[in-house]
Parts: sequence; structure tokens; C-alpha cells
Amino acid sequence: MSRRKRDDGYEHGYRKRRRVVSEQAEIEDRLESLIIRVGDKTSSSLESNLEGLASVLEADLNTYKSKILRILSECPIQMPEKCTIYSTLVGLLNAKNYNFGGEFVEQIVRNLKEALREGQWESARLIVRFISDMVNCHIVSASSLLQLYDSFIDAAMEQGVPQVRRDWYMYALLTALPWVGRELFEKKENDLERIMAAMEGYLRRRNTAHVAALRVWNCDTPHPQEEYLECLWAQVRKLRTDEWQERHIYRPYLAFDSILSEALQHNLPVILPPPHTASTQYPLPWVVFRMFDYTDCPEAGPLLPGTHSVERYLIEEHLHQIITRHHNERKELATQLLAFPQRNKIPLEYMIVEVLFSELFQMPSPRYLEIAYGCTLIELCKLQPSTMPQVLAQATELLYERIDTMNATCFDRFVSWFSYHLSNFQFRWSWDDWQNCLSLEKDHPKAKFVSEVFGKCLRLSYHKRVTEMVPECYSPLLPPKPEPYFKYQIEGGNGFPGAAQVQTLTELLRKKPTPEEVLELVQQLPNPLKDDDGDMEPSHNPLAIEVFVQTLLHLGSKSFTHTFAGLAKYHSVFKNICENEEAQICMLRQVYELWQHHPQFLGVVVDKMLKTQIVECCAVANWIFSRDMALEFTRSYIWEVLHLTIRKMNKHVVRLEKEVADARAKLRAAPSDSESSDEDPSREGGEKRRRTSSNKEATKDDGEQPTEEMVERMEERLEAAQSDQKNLFLIVFQRFIMILSEHVVRCDTDGKDFNTFWYQWTVGRLQQVFMAHHEQVEKYSQTLETLLFTHDLDGNILDTFRQFQALRS
Amino acid sequence: MAVPSTYRDQHFKGSRVEQERLLSQSCTLYVGNLSFFTTEEQIHELFGKCGDVKRIIMGLDKFTRTPCGFCFVEFYLRNDSENAIRFVNGTRLDDRIVRTDWDAGFIEGRQYGRGKTGGQVRDEYRTDFDGGRGGWGKMIQQKVATSAAANN
Repeated sequence: MSRRKRDDGYEHGYRKRRRVVSEQAEIEDRLESLIIRVGDKTSSSLESNLEGLASVLEADLNTYKSKILRILSECPIQMPEKCTIYSTLVGLLNAKNYNFGGEFVEQIVRNLKEALREGQWESARLIVRFISDMVNCHIVSASSLLQLYDSFIDAAMEQGVPQVRRDWYMYALLTALPWVGRELFEKKENDLERIMAAMEGYLRRRNTAHVAALRVWNCDTPHPQEEYLECLWAQVRKLRTDEWQERHIYRPYLAFDSILSEALQHNLPVILPPPHTASTQYPLPWVVFRMFDYTDCPEAGPLLPGTHSVERYLIEEHLHQIITRHHNERKELATQLLAFPQRNKIPLEYMIVEVLFSELFQMPSPRYLEIAYGCTLIELCKLQPSTMPQVLAQATELLYERIDTMNATCFDRFVSWFSYHLSNFQFRWSWDDWQNCLSLEKDHPKAKFVSEVFGKCLRLSYHKRVTEMVPECYSPLLPPKPEPYFKYQIEGGNGFPGAAQVQTLTELLRKKPTPEEVLELVQQLPNPLKDDDGDMEPSHNPLAIEVFVQTLLHLGSKSFTHTFAGLAKYHSVFKNICENEEAQICMLRQVYELWQHHPQFLGVVVDKMLKTQIVECCAVANWIFSRDMALEFTRSYIWEVLHLTIRKMNKHVVRLEKEVADARAKLRAAPSDSESSDEDPSREGGEKRRRTSSNKEATKDDGEQPTEEMVERMEERLEAAQSDQKNLFLIVFQRFIMILSEHVVRCDTDGKDFNTFWYQWTVGRLQQVFMAHHEQVEKYSQTLETLLFTHDLDGNILDTFRQFQALRS
Repeated sequence: MAVPSTYRDQHFKGSRVEQERLLSQSCTLYVGNLSFFTTEEQIHELFGKCGDVKRIIMGLDKFTRTPCGFCFVEFYLRNDSENAIRFVNGTRLDDRIVRTDWDAGFIEGRQYGRGKTGGQVRDEYRTDFDGGRGGWGKMIQQKVATSAAANN
């Protein structure tokens, strides 16, 4: 009986505790959802919601304090567009409970320090802004905020650290000023002026060599393309002349002025920026993309804020934040963009289009996949069919008009987006308006753009469709029918050397022979490189390669799958007859000859050959710059192939780097056997350990615990890969330098201007290699400087390298 | 991201749990509502915008061995296939709205249509005319053919 009673009691208590726990969790969840949702659309006013929520939270402070602190300090970072709503809420709580306010300040300072330490620059910036806004709500004293600003200014003035680091501290301050400028102006005008003067000094002395490489257009008409910090500085300076009054930020705390002004303020502790280390990565600089001004928008509608008005910056940043939050759900993203809070006060469609294009054209690379922007623009057109398609068409028109000065990377993205967009709207476009491109040189950017768009449209549809979508006069720019070009089948094809063997091999391949049988036939072909004496063995047999590659690829030309099957089945034949680089270049020439009218197929075949190691990256690079490809040199697909080749190499290196790092970490984590045997001088013990360690190695093969030797082997592999990678970059850049220098010299002797379209494209492509692979190229910056980009080089070529170097300087 | 569909392959060999596990890790997509004329190259071009495509298996009519309006697209990385569902699903290829869904992984034999007439089941009972997918539904075509024969 007594036992049962005890049991009951236990059970009862247990249940009760469980119920309490779940009740607590339930309340915590409810509080969390209330805090997260405050400021979202409701029927009641924001002020009353904030007041109500402050009371609820105040009542629960004792029980749920740590939870509330955590959520409240994270929300303004996760939802930066609601920064002022959360500062007001914290302000109201501080007015009710001074101690809580103090703890919140401690918490947010802790978060800031951590973000700075971890290099989470965007979070850190948003925290600085939130702390600044807390001055407006009487939570933090203005003087202690100025102290924080001063330590940031000091960080920006520090000598001997990269400019990108110093820039960030400047940027963090500048982006906080629109929030708190007015308050500081009213209370601490002299200090504010002192900070502004320090900023001005910093900005004047700054190096901006990187700008040229990051600009979408290399021209400032009609709209200056400004460096981000300079543009923001101009906007903040304009704000100062307006006595720090801006008209975009919604400030709910104004309604609570009487309550908040009574509250006591806290002082921020001293916050010292963590010192720079060699491994710290800072955000790269960028250039603010501008394509519209107020004259582009309808006269009757609201005015587009000027380039240097701070509202332009604030609205753009807000739009970028919406993209950040919804970039994975395009329908929601489009809805949220169109539901922008002040949509009636601004030409919203124009600002959305400008912001989306600014992200798509972001140098060196966009934040998200290019197609993410493309399909968002499609959604926007579907959602707002009365205005969006027109604005987008206007934007396309402007981009086309200004394409002469667009950089090659953005040119490619523009081609790719536009053809994709057309493919979603029945390829309808007012082509008549662009007929002027027909009278231009074929390398002129406008003519090039139109023909590249046709090429990409073709990839997404079919030849008849593309020829029917444009007026007949465009036929010179239309791509040929994408078919294999098999010279042995055209009239007179029998006359080509090896034609008979092509016939034999075709018949043999139809019977699905073994690789050995094919090899035997191919090896019987005479080698034209063999001289009559026959004493020197040639590096490869071009005729054998020609016959084999053309025949096999032609038989597999029906689809990628057919081709891949052929490559897989006769892989050993390729390996056998294309051992060295010369042979591989010869093989690539054959691939090109067969697929010269089908750039996509060519690219996919080369990609597959790289993946299956039939061809090496360096061979592809040398082939692209070879004389055989001179005619194709300004066409985009060639560069697509070069970039996929470099990416392939980079991926390989990055994978090995990660493997080594992981294995090293594992080795460090577990006390290694070799170390312990070092500690143990006794021979017997050492032997025993060695035995266990070899046992371990056996189990280790399935990826358990790596040994020192295994890691060393991995490191050797990595070193080999890095040396290949370095070699590839050296080849690419050297070939660029050679081909460009030759051109300049030739023009010089002929007395012609070297600055032709060809030259501009080639420099643009060189720049593209630097930009697209900057993270990997950066590792070899020193080598490139001493070996290739030396002072005696042509100034224009050298400039592209200097701009690249300036990216992280 | 688009809500995952509730469709489950009824011919799947294995338990429901196993099927769900495979679907949640798969890099393979089923792609539907294609035109019979859409080629592997076009599909490669569109899906290649989301990442490196490993292989494409065209859906074929089991009798004629010609494309019958669907395919499987396999990526190397899960993340790339997720992007394809986010950004390609519901957009157009050859003027048709492409539908993408997770697939538990291609198995030989699945490239063939499962309809009685060789193509996909959905093309048997359709009552509309769809030029991209062989015109009228197969049942209607058969009826027309039999009545024409009777008239003769």
C-alpha cells in the first residue's frame, strides 16, 4: 500500500513536472512567435501592439528572461527591416525595468564582439546599426555610442592592415548614421562633426584602383557608376546638409517619446575591434549599379530619389534585404517585393528592376544563381502584368543601348538572362528596333549581343523556332543549324586521307566491338608525322586520332547520352592514342571540326572529356589559344569552355584541400599513436603500439582515423594538384599576354590603332578570368607578378592585373 | 521552396520508409509535361543553369522508343537539384510549363512509358488536343480509328 502510494506520488510528480516543462516550452514558443511577428500586418495599430507586447514581456521577464534576451537580440539582425520596431520594444522594456535594459545591452554587445571575432561582417554591421538606434530610444547613451564610433574610426585609420578591413569599419559607421544622425546632431553636434571630418579624411586618402574591375560599364554617362563607400559617403554628406532629416525610416519610438525620454540610459562598455590576422576574410568592395534616373520613370508617377539622396540607399538596401530573406521562394519574393511598404511614394517597379539587375551583374559574382534572378523577374511579370513587362522591356532597351561599354562578364550574364526570359515568353520581342546592329562590324558589342542571344535561344528551343522569331534581315546573325559536320559524308569526302578507314571503322563500331579491336584497327593507320628515315618516334599519330575521334563522335552524335556511352566504352582507346598534350590538342581539334556548328555540344563533350580525364585542363587551355581557334576567339562559348576547365581544376584543388584539412583535424583530435610512442622510450612498448597502429590503419581505410603517413600522402597529392593549378593559370595568363602583345606590336608596325573590338573583347576576357576565379588566382598573385605581369608589359594589360590585386589590398 | 508533391511512384520496389529516405537524399528529378519534341540538349541547357548535370534519361514510348514527354535529370549534388526544383519547376521550356519532382533514383526500365499504348498513362485518357504530345489522347485516337474503319 505504502509502496503504491509512493509510486503514485512519484508518477504524479513526474507527470506534473512534465506538464510544467511542456507548459513552459509552450509559453516560450508563444513569446517567440509574438516577438517575431510584431510589426507584421494586423488590424490594430503598431503602437498598441508594441505597448501590449511590452507589458506581456515585462510580466514574464522573471521566468523567461534568457529566452527573451536571446530572441530580442537576434530579431533585429534576422529581420533588419524591423530594426526600429525592436529598438522601440526594448526601449519600452527598459523604461519599465532598468535592469533588464542593462542586461540587454550586455547581450547585444556580446553578440557584436562575437560577430567581429567570427568575421560575420553583415551581422556585425546590423548590430552596430541597432545599437545606434537604441540611442534614439534612450537605452544607450549618446556619449558611449560615440566612444564605440571612435574605436571604429581608430580601426579604419590603422596602418599596415588591408584596406578592405579598414573599409568595413568605415562602412559600418556610415550605414548606421542615417538612423542616429539626427539625434547626435541635436545632442552632440561637435562630436558628430569630428567623426564626419575623420571619415572625410579617410575617404580622401583611399585607394580605388579596384573600381575599374568591378564596374558593369566602363563609362559614366549617363549615370556615374560609383564605388560603394564613395557613393554612401556622398549620400550621408547630403543627409548632413539636410540637417540629418531623412524620409524613409519609419520610427515608431516617436510615438512613445514621453515614456522613453523618462527612461535611464546605459553606457556601452569599451568595445575594441579584434586585431587583423592573416586568415581573416573581409567583404570585397563593389560598385553601385545605376541604370535609371527620374527621367526614365513616367512623369505622372512618384519621383525616383536622386543618386546621392540617402533615401535611394535606404530603399535599395531594404529591397536587397527582402531578396536575402526570400531568395529561395521566387513567388514569395516577387509578392514581397511588390508589397514594399512605401510602394506608392516611389517608382517601385523601376527600383525593383534596378536592384535585381544590380545583383545579377554584381562583380566578381552574383550572390545567388543567375537563374534565381531570371525566374524572379518572370514571376514579377506574371504578378504585375500591367506594368512590370514594360519596365523590364525599357530596362533591356537601355542595357542594349549601353552595351558598348559593358564588361565581358556582365555581357555574358545579360545574354544568358535575356534568352532565358524570351524562352519563357514565346520569344516575343520588337526585333525591328534593333536592326541598326546589322550594319555594324560583327565584333561590335551590339551585333555580338544579338547573335549570342540567338545562339542561346537556339539552345533552349530549336533552329526553326529561332529563324521564325526574327525578321528575315537578321539572317546574317543567325546561328547555323546545330548539326555535326562530318566531312567524309559530304560530296568529295572520299578524298580526305583516312576516308576509307573511317568507313571501315564505322562498320566495325556498328558491331559493338571491344576497345582492343578498335585500337588494333586505329593503330594500323600510317602516321603522317613519321619522316622517311623513321628514326624519330612521333609524339602521336594525328591521322589515327582524326579517324577515331571523328568516327566515334559522329556515330554518337544523336544525343549527349549516345556520345557519353561511346566515350565510356572506348575510354581506353582515347587514353592510348592521346597520351600527351600534343595528341590531346589534336583530338580537341577533331572534336571542334565535327561540332563546329553546335557550340553547346562541343562544350558538353569537352566537359565530359575533362571529367573522364581523356583530356587535361592545360591541353584545353592551349587549344583555345591556338591558331585553329582564332576565328572563334571572340565568341562566348569558347570562354564558357575555358571557365569550365578552370573551374574543374579549382574544384579538384578545393576538394583535396578540404580532405587534408579534415584529416589533419581528425589527427589532432585523437591522440596519435606515433606521438605516444615517442613519449614512451621503451622499445617493447613502442613495438606493441606500432602493432596496434597498423591494426588501426586497416580499419582506417574505411574512413575512420587517419594516420600521419596517410595525411602526408594526401598532402603530396594536394601539392601536385596545386602545382597543376598554378601551371594552368600560368598558361592561361601567358597566352593572353602573348596574344595581346602581338596584336599591339602588329598594329604599331602597321600604323593602325590597336584599340579594336577584338582587342577590347580579349582584354575583357582576361579580366573575366581574374574576376571569375579570383579566390584561386589570388594564391598565385606573387608568382604572376614576378613571372608574367612585369613592368615592361603594355600598360593596358598590366592594368587588369593591378585592378585584380587591388580587390583585397 | 515549392511544396513537395504527394505523388509516390507506385511501382517502387521497397518499403515506404525506404522510398521516403531515398527521396530526401536524392539528386535525381522527374521532369514532366515536356513536349515530345523537346531534346536532351534543351533540357541540359535549362537544368544546367542550376548546377552540373550528371546525366539525363529521356522517357521513351515503350513500343516506338521515341520520346514520350518526360525525363529524369540527375545532378552530382543534392543542393543543385534542390535549386532546380526552386527555380525551374513551373517555368517554361518549348512553351510548356515544366513540372519537376523528386525521384528516388533511376532504375533501368523506368525510362519507358507505363501506359497501355506505350507512352505515359496521362496521354491515354486526355480529352484535349495537345500538339506537343501527339495530338488527341490515345483512347480518342483509337475510337476515331475504329469508327473510320467501320465506316469504310
